[in-house]
Amino acid sequence: MIEIFAALGDGVWQALQPINLALAFIGVVVGLFVGAMPGLGSVNGVAILLPFTFVIQKYTGTATSPMIFLAAIYYGAMYGGAISSITLGIPGASTAVATTFDGRPLALSGRADRALVAAAVASFVGGTVANLLFTGFAPALASVALDFGNPEIFALMLLAFATFVGLGGDDIPKTIFSICIGLVLATVGFDIISGEPRLQFGDPLDLFPATAGLIDTTGFSHGIRFLVLAIGVYGIGEMIWTINSSRGKITMTETTITFARIRDALDDYRRKAWKGTFIGSALGFFVGILPAAGATPGSLMSYGVAKMISRNPDNYGKGELDGVAAPEAANNSASTGAMLPMMTLGIPGSPTTAVLLAGMVIWGLQPGPRLFADQPDFVWPLIGSFYVSNLIAVLVNLAFIPIFLWMLRMPFTILAPLIFVLSVVGTFAAYQNLFDVWLMVLFGLGAFLLRILDYPLAPAVLAIVLGPIAEPKLRQSLLLSDGDPSIFFTRPIAGPITVIAIILILLPLLKIIWTKVKSSRAETPAQ
Amino acid sequence: MRRAEIVTAIILGIFSLYLMWKSGEAPAWDPSVARFDNIGMIEGEGPASGWWPFWLSTIMLICSIWIGVNWWRRTSPPSRSDEVFLDAYGRRMLLLVGGGLLGFMVLIQFVGFYAGMFIFLFYYLFFLGRHSVVRTLAISVGTPIFCFFFFDVAMRIVLPKGVTEPLFLPLYKIFL
Repeated sequence: MIEIFAALGDGVWQALQPINLALAFIGVVVGLFVGAMPGLGSVNGVAILLPFTFVIQKYTGTATSPMIFLAAIYYGAMYGGAISSITLGIPGASTAVATTFDGRPLALSGRADRALVAAAVASFVGGTVANLLFTGFAPALASVALDFGNPEIFALMLLAFATFVGLGGDDIPKTIFSICIGLVLATVGFDIISGEPRLQFGDPLDLFPATAGLIDTTGFSHGIRFLVLAIGVYGIGEMIWTINSSRGKITMTETTITFARIRDALDDYRRKAWKGTFIGSALGFFVGILPAAGATPGSLMSYGVAKMISRNPDNYGKGELDGVAAPEAANNSASTGAMLPMMTLGIPGSPTTAVLLAGMVIWGLQPGPRLFADQPDFVWPLIGSFYVSNLIAVLVNLAFIPIFLWMLRMPFTILAPLIFVLSVVGTFAAYQNLFDVWLMVLFGLGAFLLRILDYPLAPAVLAIVLGPIAEPKLRQSLLLSDGDPSIFFTRPIAGPITVIAIILILLPLLKIIWTKVKSSRAETPAQ
Repeated sequence: MRRAEIVTAIILGIFSLYLMWKSGEAPAWDPSVARFDNIGMIEGEGPASGWWPFWLSTIMLICSIWIGVNWWRRTSPPSRSDEVFLDAYGRRMLLLVGGGLLGFMVLIQFVGFYAGMFIFLFYYLFFLGRHSVVRTLAISVGTPIFCFFFFDVAMRIVLPKGVTEPLFLPLYKIFL
């Protein structure tokens, strides 16, 4: 334990170095803005800005600084989501949906300052509790995971996909389709085991010889890069979807923030919102660890539990301060929780952590249990930066609320084209290939159309990141067992994980059967 | 929405079949391998190269059929919905915004990133956003200038400039 505190102290010191501190500050400010803008969330900010981190790595010569920058955006976005939820009544991101339930009524009754301060302080407490839990759990989990072989790692990935099917709450066939398309897109290019070309669409319409060579598809030979899909989905698709769904009908509640009002609001928070903050901090972290769960269900569950145990449940939805504190503490806590499997097992639990994982791979790191043993110079400053960013975020949030409120008035007709331009230029800057930019735009337009029909796209983004890791692990496991799939059931660690994954996949089916059995039992006495 | 649901399922089903067909493609340099010979197990080597994408595409095809069955039984929300897939606003928005983006991409091929960026931003801000000429010009001129100094000068990532390349030669001399 002493070594952990020593490493953490050193990490915090590294995070406080001027360059890292500046990056954390900029990241938090960008994140707050991104989180506050309706239609943009942490994943949009992280995905669109990932190409720009190459320049940070180039100048600092380390992967720690770009990661601190992206992690700060992630943090900032969790804080920022509350600003638009309270003042506009539109969640800046899905993670702040639950904040709207009581934050908006508070704003409409002239107490927006109370809600904004409660959200900021609860976020800080949630983030700090989660950081302490992360520091305690991560090294232990990483040391256990060092014994994992190919079957165990594949079983974990199966579990990550299974949670999307079982707990994601989206249409089952559409979720499975989304996972599979992500995995198939990840196979485009060359088979890394045999070296054979795969799905390069040499003549995409070769079913009809007359059309051979009509479309130049040589760009597929280098595979479909993760960022191309992520920026397409979150930079283009989500933006067009927001333009279509919001239709410019956004009204803002005016609020005045002064030092005296912040002091009164803090006093109010201390008396009325500690219970929600505690529930959100604890529950959010553990829900955040689960793949496919993350900050949104974490915040919704915390809101539900806070309401359930409240003495005044009827006040919820009408402007209860605990109803703001619980989801805000939870979404911050969950965002740190989601980093735990990503950093210790190499399994991202959410689209944002998937982007962060892809970034780590691009910067030459191998996320997973060996990261803690082999790269302590990367891991501990990053964990240290979680603490620093959390503190910066609460201070910036409270100090700059009026500026963010002013920025929120920026018309979407200015923000949207700038994001389109940033997406196009960012994709080109990452790979310097126009083919990838075309593909990104086409993915974005396709994502918009699929989104209208309720196709979940986060599983596809997660799958294209995990695909290049999952396939070799699966094939090497089957090679080890001479093609016998029982290897995933007979090993002591892989076995239970695979069984849980299968139960999760079958969970929706089991639910249907259970409902039918229950309804038939209910009908029997009547007959 | 209901019609769009089944049309999309059919398109995705056909796309899955196409991916299955392409996954079974043997490498061009080995004529002894027939199509679909690479989707099984190889003795002592484990799964062949097409095994993973082929079976994933098969699952995609099964899911497309499943979506179709749900449509038939009206169990998914879009299959029950009476709303139109894209109303007049949505169609117009997709044409103007999506079309504008594709136009931006075409422009990049000919006039390069910076001129394309200027034209796209001007089009979006002035015609779609109805912003004033001053604000439109400030953003649509300022953004390419910022991008030039960020990418070409600071990051040394030279963005394609198409036919406008000669206009940048004096800037290269000063800054690069």
